Amino acid sequence: MNINVLMFGWEFPPNISGGLGTACYGLTKGLTSFNDVDVTFVVPKVFGDEEKGNINLIGAGDVPVTNRRLNLKEFGKSIEYFEVGSKLVPYVDPEDYLRQSEYTVEGTKSLIETDIQGRVKFSGKYGPDLMSEIARYALVANVIAQDNQFDIIHAHDWLAYPAGIAAKQASGKPLVIHVHATDFDRSGGTVNPNVYAIEKRGMDVADKIITVSNLTRKIVIEKYGINPDKVITVYNAVEPYQHEDRTPIIKGLDEKIVTFLGRITMQKGPEYFVEAAYRVLQKMDNVRFVMAGSGDMMDKMIRRAAQLRITDKFHFTGFLKGDDVYRMLRMSDIYIMPSVSEPFGISPLEAMQAGVPVIISQQSGVAEILSNAIKINFWDINGMADAIHAILSYPGMSKMLSKYGKKESCNLSWKNAAYEVKQVYQSALRA
Amino acid sequence: MKSICLCFKVHQPIRLRLYRFFEMGNSDYYYDDYTNEMILRRVAESCYLPANKIILDLINKYQGSFRIAFSISGTAIDQFKIYAPDVIESFRKLAATGCVEFLAETYSHSLSALKDENEFRRQVDSHATVIETLFGKRPTVFANTEFIYSDEIGAQVAGMGYKATLTNEPTPFLKWKCPNYLYKNAINPALMVLLKNERLSDDIAFRFSNSAWSGWPLTAAKYVSWLNKIPEEEKIVNLFMDYETFGEHQKLGSGIFKFLGSLPSEVLHNSDFQFMTPSEVAQHHQPVAAIDVPRPISCADQERDLTAWLGNELQQEAFEKLYVLSGMIGKCNDPALLKDWQYLQTSDHLYYMSTKYFSDGDVHAYFNPYDSPYMAFMNYMNVLNDFSIRLNREMSGKGKVQAINRPNNLTRSKLIEHYN
Repeated sequence: MNINVLMFGWEFPPNISGGLGTACYGLTKGLTSFNDVDVTFVVPKVFGDEEKGNINLIGAGDVPVTNRRLNLKEFGKSIEYFEVGSKLVPYVDPEDYLRQSEYTVEGTKSLIETDIQGRVKFSGKYGPDLMSEIARYALVANVIAQDNQFDIIHAHDWLAYPAGIAAKQASGKPLVIHVHATDFDRSGGTVNPNVYAIEKRGMDVADKIITVSNLTRKIVIEKYGINPDKVITVYNAVEPYQHEDRTPIIKGLDEKIVTFLGRITMQKGPEYFVEAAYRVLQKMDNVRFVMAGSGDMMDKMIRRAAQLRITDKFHFTGFLKGDDVYRMLRMSDIYIMPSVSEPFGISPLEAMQAGVPVIISQQSGVAEILSNAIKINFWDINGMADAIHAILSYPGMSKMLSKYGKKESCNLSWKNAAYEVKQVYQSALRA
Repeated sequence: MKSICLCFKVHQPIRLRLYRFFEMGNSDYYYDDYTNEMILRRVAESCYLPANKIILDLINKYQGSFRIAFSISGTAIDQFKIYAPDVIESFRKLAATGCVEFLAETYSHSLSALKDENEFRRQVDSHATVIETLFGKRPTVFANTEFIYSDEIGAQVAGMGYKATLTNEPTPFLKWKCPNYLYKNAINPALMVLLKNERLSDDIAFRFSNSAWSGWPLTAAKYVSWLNKIPEEEKIVNLFMDYETFGEHQKLGSGIFKFLGSLPSEVLHNSDFQFMTPSEVAQHHQPVAAIDVPRPISCADQERDLTAWLGNELQQEAFEKLYVLSGMIGKCNDPALLKDWQYLQTSDHLYYMSTKYFSDGDVHAYFNPYDSPYMAFMNYMNVLNDFSIRLNREMSGKGKVQAINRPNNLTRSKLIEHYN
């Protein structure tokens, strides 16, 4: 039985800023490798340089919406109203309609800004206009849902949930939402109420919820009050190692290199890395520490390193992209991810593929599936320092982590994840 | 006349505490007293004490017809002395009956037989002395750590004056030989070799409470009926198992104690078997042939070889780095260092570093204080490094200093060659 999936995402490689786009891409590729699954992938904006393979990629910004009826079978309405620039995320349901009743609706007019050809403008990024962009996305999703044939809807992360909901209402098809992260992870507990509301609404309306780890699943059940029967964990995977060139990396430094590569923000635990580095540098000399990336805490980290007087051995590279990331990994003797709350964490898998021993926090989704990685609680600075020292001093340890880590990460394929997602589709379709 | 030989193994390692690399050079106490005491007391209450009592009663009841043997490691004894002297007492009562034999082992349940003949000899000697002091008689039968045996090792044991040794039936390469006979060592025929009957031993030790097993539920009567099916010419059945079978591995509720209690009666009244200790078996039976074991075997894991302790790079490195120090130890007199040297050689430390349990059983995880083999390795190496620093400091007045982190001649591949 062929399954046609209408998928809503926000990013598509190469125009990505984090793991979300990578994960969506990998999963979609995995799904389309099955003969009986077809995927239409919608993003707000298609840039033109995407590598889509046999995925049908649609940009919401390319779909004309003027003079269209918005289909709301469930509520018997065929009209809805969206306001551009509104702080509230307008949902296409009666409650919101009542709340905004001071705006009248006439005929089939929908007040939304479009270009001459009736298409809505999307930036596809995370600008100050984000909330209204999400709302416009939902509107266009409703139209796309009318125009395409599909069996099931799959929406990735909170930015796409309203779109998924709108598509469900246009078509009546089941909705699967994919929780790659929650605001709890990003904020460390003090969630943004608007974002929380969108997330919760998506989870309530969805027929099935996929989470990327048991850690995230727990958060969905406990913090959002969702029925556990609805929530299934499907672990992310990693794209096979692309870089076949064996050009030797000329490392200009004698010392061993310990690398942190990620956004320098609270969620990623950068300060624990700095403190651990300080501990190690008290006992070992032949090592350098690198914090690669940028973010809102970068300045604070630089100041702390200076305060600890370790800036002769602790370095910052700024944001790395493309091949530079790969070069950094290949130069590293250890990759460390001390995240405070990581829903999954694909980057350690990429490091493992490059044969780099990894130290990851226990508070990450990927720790649930890895054996050949050192796992430490993110706050355990001494433990982290101990592990760094051990990997650098005991060759047996680094050799084993490198060899078996590589094997283990290469076995984590998107095809397996896609298979499990397919099972979720089938259970949603059966219900 | 057919003989049943029951031998129970008693061992607890002295586990290490969490030892961070910052402590290296600063802190010389390595052991997790809390965990060790907790585990020891627990096993004493659930197993050693109740089982010893049952056995004592059985011995008294059958007035010499029920005879068994124990192999107790030095680390277990050291811990009993501190945490459970009542257990020592109960073993002494058993010794006093004259129906219980105590075997010699390596003091710290180590792998020294594989590496250093002098160290091996020293360990066996000190263990035998402790046994003699506690239980009144010097052992004449030897059992190596987890029955590790090879022709070479057997010859060394014979050279120390032992009459017999125990080991596992070498199933991989001795298909045509059967464990139910007495054998002799291939190099030195003075040493008798008793082979564990794996199937019958493991029926009790592993399968007893497995309701999916065809033999479940196992009663003494059923068991003896299997013994009776053994061909006439096979005169010996060696049943060797961990003593913790009774109460720990097989819990109280499984009926294991009842089984133990009813076994002697069934055997003595309904079969041709008599109970004998290992030295009695060696004395009363004739060896049928020499047994060829060119490469070491053991009773550990599926493979029954050395891979439980030396199967991966972590284990090999730790093993190597440990025995690099034996040269210096030979010249050392400090009692604290010598004690630590013993305890660091306990094979369990390597066992915890096995990566086999990623896919395999719970055996390696039982009483394993570590979350992962990498942690086990890391912790052990930190301790070993500190030990080496202390040893160097002690000896630096007396000889040349040997660095531990420099690679030495015995590379990893040579090590695998040597032991495979």
